[in-house]
Amino acid sequence: MHQLAQQIQDEFPAGFVGATEWRGDVAVTVTRDALHSIAEFLRNEPGMDFDYIVHVSSVDWPDDEKRFEVVWEFYSIRKRRRIRLKTRVPESDCIVDSLTDLWRGADFMEREVYDMMGIRFRNHPDLRRILMPDDYTEGYPLRKDFPLRGKGWRDTFEFLDEVPQ
Amino acid sequence: MGLIQLGRHDKDGAPDVITGSLEKAVNWARKGSLWPMTFGLACCAIEMMAAVSSRYDMDRFGAGVFRGSPRQSDLMIVAGTVCRRMAPVIRKIYDQMPEPKYVISMGSCATSGNIYDSYSVVQGVDRFVPVDIYVPGCPPTPEALFDGILKLQERIMQKRVFVSQPNEVKTNFKV
Repeated sequence: MHQLAQQIQDEFPAGFVGATEWRGDVAVTVTRDALHSIAEFLRNEPGMDFDYIVHVSSVDWPDDEKRFEVVWEFYSIRKRRRIRLKTRVPESDCIVDSLTDLWRGADFMEREVYDMMGIRFRNHPDLRRILMPDDYTEGYPLRKDFPLRGKGWRDTFEFLDEVPQ
Repeated sequence: MGLIQLGRHDKDGAPDVITGSLEKAVNWARKGSLWPMTFGLACCAIEMMAAVSSRYDMDRFGAGVFRGSPRQSDLMIVAGTVCRRMAPVIRKIYDQMPEPKYVISMGSCATSGNIYDSYSVVQGVDRFVPVDIYVPGCPPTPEALFDGILKLQERIMQKRVFVSQPNEVKTNFKV
């Protein structure tokens, strides 16, 4: 096992689910409850020192029991290494802890995950849609069961009525 | 233009007094001073910029003065993919342009949505603004854009100026 994954498992045996490694990059899957404390460990522990958040994204596995997977990727500028943190949430209760209190840069990226996939973030300072309009009602476009062409919103132009014909 | 020459200059006999249709003179002035709106949405805007710059020089056709404000422009070149969230903005800019105004739909995306048959991309800008000329291509070359501008100038020369004409604005046009 990768040394970083081993350290996380030693520190958080209950929160550790699994780890995969591919070409030197390690991805650690953790439980949802332990996510914030593990992220805090990665951020603040001097041996870890992951001070830069690269990306927040999410994956939809429609056939799985825990349908959604949220992925954070961190980078340590001083130690020049990166780690990927994953956690799974079910569709009925898709909410995870926000990491904006640790990395301020997670703000917009978590809003994008909320906008596209419908996963909510607990304690996020400003959880609104970011790409789609605030009054968008068709759902979350990146879910696998969302129709590619949408549900008709792209062809509705309510602003046309103000224009004299 | 159907000009009738009435007189000659006293000294050298060059044509001096010329009469013609005022409508054609107005149309000629309009087609020769098309001021486009700076409105690039995607990669087509790169070709539009190339068309304006010195190698192709769109100013040859009187259409090189790009304005940053819709209130100073006659021609809106919709260059690029139109997202649904951008549509009200385009409509507002179009409404702010003074008459007479023309719209060129540049490229496949603005014309029909191209490959982006998705939830967020409008399938053709003609669904909410009336389009005069469609320029095909992905992206169109500067020559193709010039062809569209020349076709638009031909259209402008055929317009009636001093008689009222039916409003050609087709807004709720669905394909």
